[in-house]
Amino acid sequence: MDSIYNDLNAPHSMGTTIIGVTYDGGVVLGADSRTSTGMYVANRASDKITQLTDNVYICRSGSAADSQVLSDYVRYYLHQHTIQLGQPATVKVAANLVRMVSYNNKNMLQTGLIVGGWDKYEGGKIYGIPLGGTLLEQPFTIGGSGSSYLYGFFDQVWKEGMTQDEAEKLVVKAVSLAIARDGASGGVVRTVTINKDGVSRKFYPGNTLPLWHEELEAKDSLLDSLSATSPEPMVS
Amino acid sequence: MSSIGTGYDLSVTTFSPDGRVFQIEYAAKAVDNSGTVVAIKCKDGIVMGVEKLIASKMLLPGSNRRIHSVHHNSGMAVAGLAADGRQIVTRAKSEATNYERVYGEAIPVKELAERVASYVHLCTLYWWLRPFGCGVIVGGYDRDGPQLYMIEPSGISYRYFGAAIGKGRQGAKTEIEKLKLSEMTCRQGVIEVARIIYGVHDEAKDKAFELELSWVCDESNRQHEKVPENLLEEAKVAAKAALEEMDAD
Repeated sequence: MDSIYNDLNAPHSMGTTIIGVTYDGGVVLGADSRTSTGMYVANRASDKITQLTDNVYICRSGSAADSQVLSDYVRYYLHQHTIQLGQPATVKVAANLVRMVSYNNKNMLQTGLIVGGWDKYEGGKIYGIPLGGTLLEQPFTIGGSGSSYLYGFFDQVWKEGMTQDEAEKLVVKAVSLAIARDGASGGVVRTVTINKDGVSRKFYPGNTLPLWHEELEAKDSLLDSLSATSPEPMVS
Repeated sequence: MSSIGTGYDLSVTTFSPDGRVFQIEYAAKAVDNSGTVVAIKCKDGIVMGVEKLIASKMLLPGSNRRIHSVHHNSGMAVAGLAADGRQIVTRAKSEATNYERVYGEAIPVKELAERVASYVHLCTLYWWLRPFGCGVIVGGYDRDGPQLYMIEPSGISYRYFGAAIGKGRQGAKTEIEKLKLSEMTCRQGVIEVARIIYGVHDEAKDKAFELELSWVCDESNRQHEKVPENLLEEAKVAAKAALEEMDAD
């Protein structure tokens, strides 16, 4: 029916699951790594968590091009602002600039973003900037196509003032749950933790992620299925 | 009086052989001839006071304000040509709202002072503009604490603990230096500023004056506002009493 070349020429979109949570002392940002062009996975190991300044990062979803260009503009504005101010920009200012660009170009852009970081005045903060260019400061937020499957999960599991370890584990679990259900999310889980001591990036390859009910175990050879154990039931 | 330019003072875009720009120096003279402005940084905020010389008995008290609020947490006291001062205040207000619109937070005092200084300096660069004939003291309270900046007609801006411009600045600066500002609250600072202004006011040369006081401190919830009526009265009474004490000696 349609030409097989349609997919290759479709705009790159990050189906995506992106998450930002605050914890006691900072923030954890998490994302999957799938960039799709229609049904073709253009990049199975993309990095959707981009740096804006030393202390502020942004999770990108939606159109890959739009979110990359927007991040580039905001990084440029923040760089100038930091020089003028003489000290690191605050997360609030970074989020505001992202919102300005997003709102003023709402007719042309199609990207949902999560800005997260740490500054000495407010500590760890997360800001959600969905499609239209709203700005909302939240203790946690989720975005991207995979986030639809996580609303109920977060309703149950979220609590204020987690430790860094609890927050990171929560983010990894949530992204892997979304990857299991959302066809447009997949690959590896990347997290970025930001606090007063700086930034640390973590990487969780697909085979280290827990399996959720009815998924096949990752394996190297089909012959392994002869000696494989049955999958564990889902545990909360 | 002072040296005359003899030909090098006709334009702000001309240097003299000894490296001075006379037009800017003449602009500073306009500031020196105006009523005194005193400002101090106390441990919990900023106090600014102006000796507003009354030109005519027909003027309504409280009119011709010399201290203006630029943003909710910062204010400006002006000395020199009043109309020039109004222009600078308008520009400062505009910079403050513009910053907030773009960056989503109140303009830091340092940034405000730099932008205003930059604007004042701009008018010293072109022959078809004249320098501003006024000096401005910017006092504000942002997340880095209370800060005080003074901007001269040349466009220079420095940060101060205490600053004075106008007629009685020499006397005022001497008095400010005697104060222990780091231990003083704004409530006490208000009394001191009033005392200093009454002290440097020259009864012989200038007849009447009106005292204008403003503050931005913890007590005012970090908002820049006129000092409350009762405190203002208290300050005036104390200042007059201090003056009589001096005279009695």
